[in-house]
Amino acid sequence: MRTPLRPLARILQARAEGANPDLIERENLNHRHQAMQERTHSRAAARLGLMSACFAAFFVLIGVRMGHLAASEPVEPVASAPGAEIVAQRADIVDRNGRILATNMTTHALYAHPADMVDPKGTAQALAAIFPDLDAAALERRFTDGRRFVWIRKVMSPEQMQKVHEIGDPGLLFGPREMRLYPNGTLLAHVLGGYSFGAEGVHSAEVIGTAGIEKAMDARLRDPAQGGEPLQLSIDLTVQATVEEVLQAGISALNAKGGAAIIMDVNTGEILAMASAPTFDPNDRPVPLVSKDAEPSDSPLFNRAVQGVYELGSTFKIFAVAQAMELGLVNPDTMVDANAPMIWGKHRIKEFEGHNYGPLLAVRDVIAKSSNVGTAHIALMIGGLRQQAFLKSMGFFEPTPLELVEAPGAKPLIPKKWPDIVTITTSYGHGMSASPMHLAAAYAAIGNGGIYVKPTLLKQTGPAKGTRVLSEKVAEDSVEMMRGVVTRGTASLAEVPGYEVAGKTGTADKPKRTGGYYKDKVINTFASVYPASDPRYVVLVTLDEPVDTTGPKPKRTAGWTSVPVAAEIIRRTAPILGIRPKVELPDQTTLTAAGN
Amino acid sequence: MRPVLYVLTFLGLIALGFWAYRENYATQATLREVRGLQQEIANLREALSVQRAEWAYLNRPDRLRDLAGLNFDRLGLLPMEPGQFGTAAQVVFPVPEIPAITGPIDTMGGVVAVEDTFADQIEAIVASAAEEGL
Repeated sequence: MRTPLRPLARILQARAEGANPDLIERENLNHRHQAMQERTHSRAAARLGLMSACFAAFFVLIGVRMGHLAASEPVEPVASAPGAEIVAQRADIVDRNGRILATNMTTHALYAHPADMVDPKGTAQALAAIFPDLDAAALERRFTDGRRFVWIRKVMSPEQMQKVHEIGDPGLLFGPREMRLYPNGTLLAHVLGGYSFGAEGVHSAEVIGTAGIEKAMDARLRDPAQGGEPLQLSIDLTVQATVEEVLQAGISALNAKGGAAIIMDVNTGEILAMASAPTFDPNDRPVPLVSKDAEPSDSPLFNRAVQGVYELGSTFKIFAVAQAMELGLVNPDTMVDANAPMIWGKHRIKEFEGHNYGPLLAVRDVIAKSSNVGTAHIALMIGGLRQQAFLKSMGFFEPTPLELVEAPGAKPLIPKKWPDIVTITTSYGHGMSASPMHLAAAYAAIGNGGIYVKPTLLKQTGPAKGTRVLSEKVAEDSVEMMRGVVTRGTASLAEVPGYEVAGKTGTADKPKRTGGYYKDKVINTFASVYPASDPRYVVLVTLDEPVDTTGPKPKRTAGWTSVPVAAEIIRRTAPILGIRPKVELPDQTTLTAAGN
Repeated sequence: MRPVLYVLTFLGLIALGFWAYRENYATQATLREVRGLQQEIANLREALSVQRAEWAYLNRPDRLRDLAGLNFDRLGLLPMEPGQFGTAAQVVFPVPEIPAITGPIDTMGGVVAVEDTFADQIEAIVASAAEEGL
């Protein structure tokens, strides 16, 4: 009940007593205010309580939901539009025409719950009979030593799976697996690399690339945003198969230890074929050599085209000559000193088999006859600094930017100091080492009119942008000189009628691991561009320790080993690449005899 | 008036409940169907990828090369050669069709008789000019 502020009885009483009646009013007002305050306070407290209860309820709700999400198996939203689901966990790899190089296949992994097993011993023996690489005794031990989970196989064929089903033991279980399949077998093995499983679970396992483009492009291949898009390479499968066939035939005919071949488009930098022998099967990738004495190149996993960093020999001569022409020091007809042997300090620079092409030799003949002394004199005209800068612009000082995981590791071996003797030896390809891929990219720069384009394994849509390293005229003259090597020089076996092959041979002695060089072990290289009138492709062949024993004396020069192999590659692949041979037609105006 | 409104609202509520019940079951049935279809799509996709892998495996170049060698007698396939390129000029024109000969043809000494040709007319003009002494 509301108390009046000035209750009449008390006021009258106060007045009678002579006290101030206002005090009563103030006292009552105070009481009333206090009561109001209490009411508001309790209401606020109730509201705050309700609010925190709501917050707590929400927190509990969210917490329970999160816990549920974390603990439950992920499920795709069923009601969402179909087609959005990831088709495969790893994208396919296809060649430039869309033929499959690597794809996925569903298979099964085998694991066991030994606690559920009826007959561990019998099961172990039955499994060992199905999978010859399993050991029955070891398997039985693992089944019976009290563990609750055992992995048995990562992948298996449907036939093997059926046989395991037929064992019929409830402790054997299958988990779905997506595995990588390379349907072409050993073809393109070094580019593709291989795969293995990453994190493994019962229901799925990560597929990760272990080498080659599978590892270099791993993030792209596993990107769910591009899951359906296959990775298209610049490789042409038919050309690749032909190159591998010819290279293998050449290696067996010449008793070589190994070899590599590259076909590269000079304008786009696309690699159309890249082979390295011996090769391996990426479906069943062999284990790398671990022995310390083993040369890395002894392993079939070694990609000679990219990782084979060797002195490339006389194939380098064209760079010295091209640079000298670019600098205006010489032209193809300038006579240079080629008097062998050349004495430089305590070094004697000799020609092959002690020839002497001097005293003077035209620059074009320096290339055609492959004169070390002539090239050395040209290199001295250029000087070490300019020579280094030029080789750097040709990409010889950096690893190749190829999309292979092995590429960045294959650094060219560059001498630390660059005295004149290094200038001389580098001009004919000794002293510094690079991979065949480096050489192919540099020859492409000469072939396409003087623009260095980066080699790539991915399909390009148009000519690549590059940096100009040579003028068009110099590049043209250089190709013409290399054509001379084939028509009247050291690579006469490279003549393929109609295809105007232009190239340069190179023979380099193999370095011993202990220092010095082997007398009778060589690396032969033939680097070429064709057709000379408008170069389209670089063809490069390198053979490791080849020897031609058809004659009375074993021949180990590139002219007898790499050159015929390269010629056969051009003869076989040029028609596949759609290059029409230039036919030397008989003169139209010639009179022909006719009877009357 | 008010009781009628109550009754109508109640009936409406029952109708809505019935509708929601049916929709719920229809949705669940559709979701089940979608799940089945997606399973089927996934199976078909998997089968497709297996078949594409199979195709690639059966068409791998070394197998084709071996098959071409084995069946050389029937197919006669050889690697492509540079000499197999041709030009458009090497393609023969279609042979003109000769109509069937149904009646006899007039010939003189083996040559089909020809009426006055242009050359004959020129010759005649030249001859007449010479007669006139020009």
